[in-house]
Amino acid sequence: MKFLYAAYIITWVVLITYIGILTRGFKRLQDEVRDLER
Amino acid sequence: MKSKFTIFALFTFAMLSWGLYAAMIQAPTEATMGPVQRIFYYHVPCAWVMLLCFPANFLVSIAYLVKRNALLDALAVSTAEVGVVFCTIVLLTGPIWGKPVWGIWWTWDARLTSTLVLWLIYVSYLILRKFSIGGPNPVLAASLAIFGCIDAVFVFGAIRWFRTQHPQPVFGSGPNSGIDPRMLHAFFINIAAFTCLGILLVWLRFVLERIHQKVEEAHAMKALAALPAKVSR
Repeated sequence: MKFLYAAYIITWVVLITYIGILTRGFKRLQDEVRDLER
Repeated sequence: MKSKFTIFALFTFAMLSWGLYAAMIQAPTEATMGPVQRIFYYHVPCAWVMLLCFPANFLVSIAYLVKRNALLDALAVSTAEVGVVFCTIVLLTGPIWGKPVWGIWWTWDARLTSTLVLWLIYVSYLILRKFSIGGPNPVLAASLAIFGCIDAVFVFGAIRWFRTQHPQPVFGSGPNSGIDPRMLHAFFINIAAFTCLGILLVWLRFVLERIHQKVEEAHAMKALAALPAKVSR
């Protein structure tokens, strides 16, 4: 059972980390766009 | 556009929840491997999305080499990056499934090795793109993607062409191939759910890359506008 849970948890950790990286990228670019508009 | 994205994201979330329920509750426990076989419902759909992303990257890269269009370039990097994410999951969940079933985490058979090589090719692709400052690097990256796609074909065919530790195809590999209909149900829900997730991530990454391209363009324009002032000084 521990192997099953490990596989499912790792899948979601990788996916959530990637979504987090994309969200951070959006925020950083939004700040840059704001700076450029000034 | 934003509302379409939100609706699709909610739909994907619902599909993934249904997929998790079908994999953990609805699907019967496999007789030989036991509960660990349920890794199949995540491992195979992730491999499926990976094998959609890389050929898509190949086609878009070819189109980019012909047309040199920034939209195609953004789509190429999006499919490659999402493909790497799913390939990473495949390379992590595979050994976790292999250890209790085979007794080993890893073996250098054709399927496993070609998948690792595929991951390395596309990580190189992303590194090449990340550190490219103008110049011909998107072209070099697109050329690398062509080699990546050849390896993706090899990954797909490896278990059909060679004797491997990795199991033979579950579907269409002989008269005794196939699975229980309840397992098939859980499997197809997860295939659909992960395909939606793959599309959603490519969509998100594509939008991000387009903004990045526009910001880079604006920076270049700003630098050009500042140039005559510096020269006249």
